[in-house]
Amino acid sequence: MYRSLFPRDLFAEMDRLQRDLQQSFDPGIRGIGRGGYPALNVGSTPGSIEVQAFAPGLDPASIDVNLERGVLTLQGERAAALPASDATTTVHVNERFAGRFRRVVSLPDDIDPNAVTARYADGVLQVSIQRRASAQPRRITVQ
Amino acid sequence: MNTVTQTRQPDAERREPALLPPVDVVEDANGITLYADMPGVPKDRLVLRVEADTLSLEGEVVLPQTEGLAASHVEVQLPRYRRAFTLSKELDADKVSAEFAGGVLRVRIPKAEHAQPRRIAVQVN
Repeated sequence: MYRSLFPRDLFAEMDRLQRDLQQSFDPGIRGIGRGGYPALNVGSTPGSIEVQAFAPGLDPASIDVNLERGVLTLQGERAAALPASDATTTVHVNERFAGRFRRVVSLPDDIDPNAVTARYADGVLQVSIQRRASAQPRRITVQ
Repeated sequence: MNTVTQTRQPDAERREPALLPPVDVVEDANGITLYADMPGVPKDRLVLRVEADTLSLEGEVVLPQTEGLAASHVEVQLPRYRRAFTLSKELDADKVSAEFAGGVLRVRIPKAEHAQPRRIAVQVN
């Protein structure tokens, strides 16, 4: 399968493999999340959808955040920090991601495309998408 | 085997599960530079330690809290990063310097004076 972005101990890896296996029998319309850069955490509150992209070492201005027809796309490029190898430098370990990236999240129907904010702090891009007020849970008084 | 485990995890508190941050390690003539990706760690939650010949990095992820957040898809599952490296003898552990910005840690470990490259003049008689 794929290499985990943040590998953990053996038992955690086995758990993950098992989860991946279960998921592969029930894939969504956009296939199975393959992981990759940036790692994503997605969650929701009654009023908003929160997407956290763990994208260290980027210039916030170079991150392209797009929302089109309920699909959120994060893309950009991460420059390689490694110098070109020559006679005096040796690269011993090269695990960090470099190059172009693109990740796509499909959002629920009740989001408000005009109320999106994105903040970048400590290498994490947090995108908050508000849900439409009309879709918020409401308590109806009985007359 | 036992001694390795003990030097890496000297106390119970550090045995909490943690993610392994991806790193790049580059060596040049004067020292080693290590880059580590630790997104979500504020500067004050990063701990960089040199004990004897072990360099250890540890960071705690602090994300803005949103009330009533229910996670639906999680790829970063633990709020902590940890990784340790053994330094070789020619590296000068007293002169380690580090910078941390945008979730990327850069550590520079220079080589000790005696291990710096020297050009030896060849005498021709």
